[in-house]
Amino acid sequence: MFTFRGIQQYFQLLASNQATCEEAVQYFLHKITDNTHLNAFLEIYAEEALERARQLDTKRKAGVPVGKLHGVVVGIKDVICYKGHKVSAASKILEGFTSIYNATAVERLLAEDAIIIGRQNCDEFAMGSSNENSAFGNVLNAKDNSRVPGGSSGGSAVSVQAGLCMVSLGSDTGGSVRQPADFCGIIGLKPTYGRVSRYGLIAYASSFDQIGIFASSVEDAATVLEVIAGQDDYDSTSSHKPVMPYLQQNTAPAKKIAYFKEALSHPGLDPEIKAQTESFLQKLTTEGYDVQPIDFEYLDYIVSTYYILTTAEASSNLSRFDGVKYGHRSAKNAPTLADFYKNNRSEGFGKEVKRRILLGTFVLSAGYFDAYFTKAQQVRKLLLDKTTAIFKDFDAIISPTVPTPAFKIGEKSNDPIEMFLADIYTVFANLVGIPAISLPLFTHSNGMNFGIQVMTSHFDEENLLHLSKDFMRLRISE
Amino acid sequence: MSYHDKYEAVIGLEVHAQLQTESKLFCGDSAAFGGSPNTHVSAITLGHPGTLPKTNKKAVELAIRIGLACNCEIERYNYFARKNYFYPDLPKGYQVSQHTAPICKGGHVAIHTAEGKRNVQLNRIHMEEDAGKSIHDIDDNNTCVDYNRAGVPLVEIVTEPDLKSADEAYQYITELRKLVRWIEVCDGNMEEGSLRCDANVSIRLKGETKLGTKVEVKNLNSIRNVKKAIEYEIERMINVVESGGVIVQQTRSFDAATDTTFAIRDKEEANDYRYFPEPDLPPFYLTDEFIEGIRQKLPALPEQLSLHYQQLGLGEYDAQQLCLEKETADYFNAVIQLTTNYKAAANWMNGPIRHYLHEHKLHIADFSLAPQRLAEMIQLVDEGKINFSAASSKLMPALLATGSAPALETATALNLLQVSDSSEITGWVDAVINKMPDKVAEYKKGKKGLIGLFVGEVKKISKGKADPKVVTGLLEEKLK
Repeated sequence: MFTFRGIQQYFQLLASNQATCEEAVQYFLHKITDNTHLNAFLEIYAEEALERARQLDTKRKAGVPVGKLHGVVVGIKDVICYKGHKVSAASKILEGFTSIYNATAVERLLAEDAIIIGRQNCDEFAMGSSNENSAFGNVLNAKDNSRVPGGSSGGSAVSVQAGLCMVSLGSDTGGSVRQPADFCGIIGLKPTYGRVSRYGLIAYASSFDQIGIFASSVEDAATVLEVIAGQDDYDSTSSHKPVMPYLQQNTAPAKKIAYFKEALSHPGLDPEIKAQTESFLQKLTTEGYDVQPIDFEYLDYIVSTYYILTTAEASSNLSRFDGVKYGHRSAKNAPTLADFYKNNRSEGFGKEVKRRILLGTFVLSAGYFDAYFTKAQQVRKLLLDKTTAIFKDFDAIISPTVPTPAFKIGEKSNDPIEMFLADIYTVFANLVGIPAISLPLFTHSNGMNFGIQVMTSHFDEENLLHLSKDFMRLRISE
Repeated sequence: MSYHDKYEAVIGLEVHAQLQTESKLFCGDSAAFGGSPNTHVSAITLGHPGTLPKTNKKAVELAIRIGLACNCEIERYNYFARKNYFYPDLPKGYQVSQHTAPICKGGHVAIHTAEGKRNVQLNRIHMEEDAGKSIHDIDDNNTCVDYNRAGVPLVEIVTEPDLKSADEAYQYITELRKLVRWIEVCDGNMEEGSLRCDANVSIRLKGETKLGTKVEVKNLNSIRNVKKAIEYEIERMINVVESGGVIVQQTRSFDAATDTTFAIRDKEEANDYRYFPEPDLPPFYLTDEFIEGIRQKLPALPEQLSLHYQQLGLGEYDAQQLCLEKETADYFNAVIQLTTNYKAAANWMNGPIRHYLHEHKLHIADFSLAPQRLAEMIQLVDEGKINFSAASSKLMPALLATGSAPALETATALNLLQVSDSSEITGWVDAVINKMPDKVAEYKKGKKGLIGLFVGEVKKISKGKADPKVVTGLLEEKLK
């Protein structure tokens, strides 16, 4: 019977004929069928995945060189385009829409022999922190079905948590990979802005969005990142910096760690999370790390800055969903062009998406632009300068990933502000563009997992992953 | 004095020029005009989810090229912004534009008016992408949209409110169109929409320094329409004010069928475009080196070239005629590499060649006579081997027909060469003198004007081959 214990081990099974790609796909298809109640997948590509698995098996057995992700079974968040397949951003407005091209990340997965098993549920247009904003229903946390899996990449996180695929691709605009990884007790990696091409990722906020990886080990996340990262002619914001073999060198991580005093003394932080994080920092000191508290006087500004800038970009990015070229078109009579747009968009978008479009439209409006958008851009610049200064002295910053553990479904859905504020630790990395990872190090007294977040400087995924590997070792040795 | 003389008009023009690039401003789709509807459209042009723009470097080069040709200051730090509005022909719901930070600032275009030459001041030139085209008249129940044009690169060339009449606007568009064609950044075809013009018109009492309320007139798809619309608009505004009314700030459209304008929206309905920097495109810096490279490749501009020709000894009119179109000047430049008789070359260009092209409805670009052949004809005429009229009426058509044969060879074959050998000419001269004793007598009595008659007679019997200079010399000798 097939079991999955990491990509490298899977490759060994394949190489020694103890498993086939087809068996792996069969295994995951069964698991998916057994867990449909989690609502993690919106669509399964069962036949197609099996067919591809068989082809890969034949190829491998014939001695054809295999790709770097040979037979790796991947789920993709429903905001990533896969040619010839539906993509809906978990929204009614894209009902019936089929992508006519591959996202660059998908193209690269396929080129290295990965198998895409299906598309995963998420918050509509990646807007949300609980996966309660999907037009296709909530996703349940596999560990406690009464709790949310986090969001917006809830389906992608739960898929890895419940073992429905080997790894998932999600997207992270303000924590949408790290926060659900934290809630689900898995690894969630958000690379540096510009590290992975955004081409084919349905935009929420262009200058924040980054495709991220869910995995059950740091090694698997690194393996996938090496494949999907790198410059892309179709994304002008993608970086030309070379992609490193992230974990192949057995180098010790650079060990100067900073943490924000204000982050740990924040009133919204769950006492248990605070205590565990502090004791972990303590432990790092005994493990030979140099851990220093630093002042971060901007903490209270970052959530507002984040929501002003992301909603501004979103209000524009989502304008293309107008019912003219594709997607939902209202059956209602539309006497004027404005009515036509109103009908299509009112029916097509969900509540949270509308809230953010309205907010973003407001902050870009004549008369408010300077007070909100310009100001927020200034804060963003300030944060970037501060970050650059921090990384002159430190190799990494550690914080909790989320101030609370996974909450109950419905618990926060009537309080958008509280929901927004819970992004306090994750949005920083997107505001300044640095890489960040959530590592599942702890268990709460309520039984749920939670983690810590590690951030390094721009394009220093190498040290981020080396640190992560070491921190995970500390957990195991606990 | 008419009440019209109390007022003066203040006009500013916004011209959209399509840049002559192979592909669109932000993707590889063809930027060619026409094509079956929705054939130059990829996922990017159609604004499919997840698509991103990538700037076409060639378009940036062309925008700088026109900026340099208009003496603009070129901005080194550039970025695009999004102009947000909803319309079916706008696939993304926003237009990517440099509206907030133009690549070219200031500058001017020279025009020639009745009062002489003057510079029309420009405010800016910026890049932006074109929208698609809504078609309302092919389906009774639906508007159809063709996205072929969506994303085609444009520059918007904006003047200061620096034009004073419809005539000046006419001159400005004429010069601008000539210029963009000359430097090959835009084909200038107004009918196909590669050059489009909006006019901002206001009036004020003469002597007033404050600008009056302006009206924007759109849909001006020919130079004539620009002129007609402005003429109408000035007249309309004066009438409004004279009858005690107030001019309302509005956008109007021109109706070419009636040469009138009509309101399409008032200022109150104006959109809030919510401009903000395009996050999908990082800002780009232009180096001095890059700009210099473009400047080096810029051809001599008509104004400079005309002066140069005048320095070579041509009259102002002739020089300007040669600079109306780049291809004409290019041809002339090629010819004057091969002959130093610039005046003759200009005469050929502005005379027989222009007539030939006109008669055959050809463009100079399609003129098949090699500059080398024209230079040879000029030389043959200068050497007295053929006269100008035979060269232009007989030799040139023959050369055009034969293609590559040298002029001398063709002239010989056609027996067009003049005879300068005096023995043969003496025979013809004697024959004429013998034939016209009465006239000879009159000439000898002092009616010297008759020499022309004798020369003409010799020309006739020699079938044009006798060199008139030699004939005249011989006649004068013999009739002394």
